[in-house]
Amino acid sequence: MIALPQPKTDVLARRDAVHEGLRALLPARAVITDPSRLKPYETDGLSAYRQMPLAVVLPESTEQVAAVLRFCHQNGVRVVPRGAGTSLAGGALPLADAVVVGMMRMNRILDVNYADRYAVVQAGVTNLGITKAVEADGFFYAPDPSSQLACMIGGNIGMNSGGAHCLKYGVTANNVLGIKLVTIEGEILELGGAHLDTAGYDWMGIVIGSEGQLGIATEITVRLLRAPEGTRAMLAAFKSNEIAGRCVDAIIGSGIIPVALEFMDRPAIHACEAFAKAGYPLDAEAMLIIEVEGSVEEQDSLLGRIKEICARFDPISLKVSQSAEESAAIWKGRKGAFGAIGRISPDYLCMDGTIPTSTLPEVLRRIGEMSEQYGLGVANIFHAGDGNLHPLIMFDANNPESMHKAEAFGADILKLCVEVGGCLTGEHGVGVEKRDLMSVQFTETELDQQRRVKTAFDAGWLLNTAKVFPLKPGTETAPMPHAA
Amino acid sequence: MIAPSDEAGLVAAIEAAAASRTPLTIEGLGSKAGFARPVQTAETLSTRNLTGIPLHAPQELIVSARAGTTLAALEAKLAEAGQHLIAEPPHYAFLGAEAQTVGGIIATNLSGPRRIAWGAMRDHVMGIRAVTGRAEVIRSGGRVLKNVTGLDLCKLFTGSYGTLGVMSEITLKVLPAPEATGTVLLAGLDAATAVKALSAALGSPFSVTGAAHLPEGAAAALGHARAITIARIEDFTDSVHYRIGRLAEIWGAFGTVEQLDTSASLGLWRAVRDAAPLAVRDGDAVWRISVRPSAGPAVLEAARGAGLDGYLDWGGGLAFLSGPGTEAAHTAIASATRRAGGEWWLLRAPDALRHHPDALQREPEAMAAIRRRVAAAFDPAGILNPGRLHAA
Repeated sequence: MIALPQPKTDVLARRDAVHEGLRALLPARAVITDPSRLKPYETDGLSAYRQMPLAVVLPESTEQVAAVLRFCHQNGVRVVPRGAGTSLAGGALPLADAVVVGMMRMNRILDVNYADRYAVVQAGVTNLGITKAVEADGFFYAPDPSSQLACMIGGNIGMNSGGAHCLKYGVTANNVLGIKLVTIEGEILELGGAHLDTAGYDWMGIVIGSEGQLGIATEITVRLLRAPEGTRAMLAAFKSNEIAGRCVDAIIGSGIIPVALEFMDRPAIHACEAFAKAGYPLDAEAMLIIEVEGSVEEQDSLLGRIKEICARFDPISLKVSQSAEESAAIWKGRKGAFGAIGRISPDYLCMDGTIPTSTLPEVLRRIGEMSEQYGLGVANIFHAGDGNLHPLIMFDANNPESMHKAEAFGADILKLCVEVGGCLTGEHGVGVEKRDLMSVQFTETELDQQRRVKTAFDAGWLLNTAKVFPLKPGTETAPMPHAA
Repeated sequence: MIAPSDEAGLVAAIEAAAASRTPLTIEGLGSKAGFARPVQTAETLSTRNLTGIPLHAPQELIVSARAGTTLAALEAKLAEAGQHLIAEPPHYAFLGAEAQTVGGIIATNLSGPRRIAWGAMRDHVMGIRAVTGRAEVIRSGGRVLKNVTGLDLCKLFTGSYGTLGVMSEITLKVLPAPEATGTVLLAGLDAATAVKALSAALGSPFSVTGAAHLPEGAAAALGHARAITIARIEDFTDSVHYRIGRLAEIWGAFGTVEQLDTSASLGLWRAVRDAAPLAVRDGDAVWRISVRPSAGPAVLEAARGAGLDGYLDWGGGLAFLSGPGTEAAHTAIASATRRAGGEWWLLRAPDALRHHPDALQREPEAMAAIRRRVAAAFDPAGILNPGRLHAA
């Protein structure tokens, strides 16, 4: 069970003074203290956990963010940064004694430059909003997390978000050129810029994926890429997870890097087909979605090569999309996977470990065994090219025993990922969800070294406290309120 | 020189140095000792004997090399499996025939022309093992392609010039080497027009993986009579043929387009990667400058005004400059770069310039304070390459 540190009693006692102090810094509309209006901020994408914050502020400029952080620093008040609140790891879960800094009002695109292929956007612009702003001119922003309609670029910076297309285009860290970062002391730092390489330490590199531990990003310079001439998907269905896994190896080994290479197991295929009617093969044990890009002739040529490779693995069926509509239908099932699972189970936990791809058959076999042992269903979706596994564990959050089992099952899967040479999280982040598993992957020496970097930025540990790093033994904790 | 052959040896050396507060010069084979600021210590700790490639999983696009493995050895190993290092790290010609280590390339984060399309070395470091200034072994990242578990210390170590710790092993993402390479070439353009042409190529849907402009002097070094502007495609043969044709159509607006085949392309881009077109005489300094691509011509112009020569890679966003390493020249380059919002590195310079306060960009005080605290978090005694990046 996840525990949070005991709220600072002195801060709780100064609640009114903190509210007043924040109101002196920001317009009235930007400070929320009324419990009924705080309610929407009490949780995020890990909705089984809830906690009302001390206050929520919605700053409208970098200077306002700096003023709030300076105030919190001077007054010893904890801060929880928040974008759209889509974190599946509880990265934006409030603390009772913390001010939530919501970035959604900083939602403007400040500059688009095609000659130098970048855009400057505020942290509250949605991931898809960037692409929408430039797609008419043929450009796009590459990272595409499943939540891209809602999630914000500031949160993407926090979690170093990926997506289905990062096999070719990389994750957030590979697609950001500059960050305006506000430190807990209220200093505004310009990291990087519109150029590619930066001298000295790679501050952007350490900030991206730091889950709000080091500062708050307010403006981000992202790389824009020119969209390919076209893309097309194909489906390949196989008789076992192992065969499909070997086919993935053969495709990569042939020198082809598809723009996306997604794997679904039998339960995932069935759930998604019932939801999306995408024409998925229900007799298959495993299925691959493979996407290539280029001109129509290039797509034909690449898909032809891939079909030849798949044919060597005794496929049940191979279906190459013949049109943009067919490709969209193929993706609809995959992209709707979470919704599909939501239809067949009251709740689900989405895990996010990464494994060496060669271990996939063994890992799926052992997850299957655990599923029987815990008596909970699981569907597996896998970014097969880069080894990022998303088991969706089905449970009932209204049943404490079911919830407890689901969390234990999830932890066992992540331990397995580390055991086979992988890691706890590929793209969702640690948050509170995986915090206490960090010592499975890291030694205490390694964690202490990471903690020292955190301390160098935030000596008072005010920023997103109690996330990412396991609490030190002896920390006084309060039980985490559950949704149920 | 202390040159251990295993990680335990690194730990022992750093432990002893930390206990006696003896500063160490950290190096691999020392090929880049002339970069950035000079370090003067009584003792040197080298990774040159930490060699070997403990893991290469071609299907998983992953390779691990011990830090002292030569870049050439790693590239040869990958080539056996038809793979390559994605960021195309340079073997700078002005360093002479000296071999360089994988650790050195990562510690200085050097990338070649492909960086414009596929990212820098820093983008492909999936995991490291390192010994910090506390003589502690730490790992960050791992051997998988996607990993956001904890703070990404791999990024912090990449480009840190050995000031935080000594990397003992590095795991990199690799990719299949392309079947074919093609180049389109325009001759005689001025830099401003050339960058417009490169921008048109990079803004096309054809996945350009190299985009450079060599003014007359640099072009002459490669046997071209006039300035050359070049763009590269790497892919399967059919795709290269098709895409080069389409790029030639786009570039038709800028002049007569020449097309180069795979073998001509490979030689040309190797030269661009290695700064081979740069004239570097005895006593000359070499600058490497990163700016937004459209600012590249202004940097070249300022360089010419200061009596320097050079060329542009990365669509105009990377300038290599060489010439007399005077303070006046450096000041001109630094202020032009600063105006463009970019950054510079000294890759070779007289000692006076290497000790100059502007040898590296100065940081705002708030940034410098964080930087000192972060460095101290890894190396509290300040024994690893002291002063290599920042004087204080």
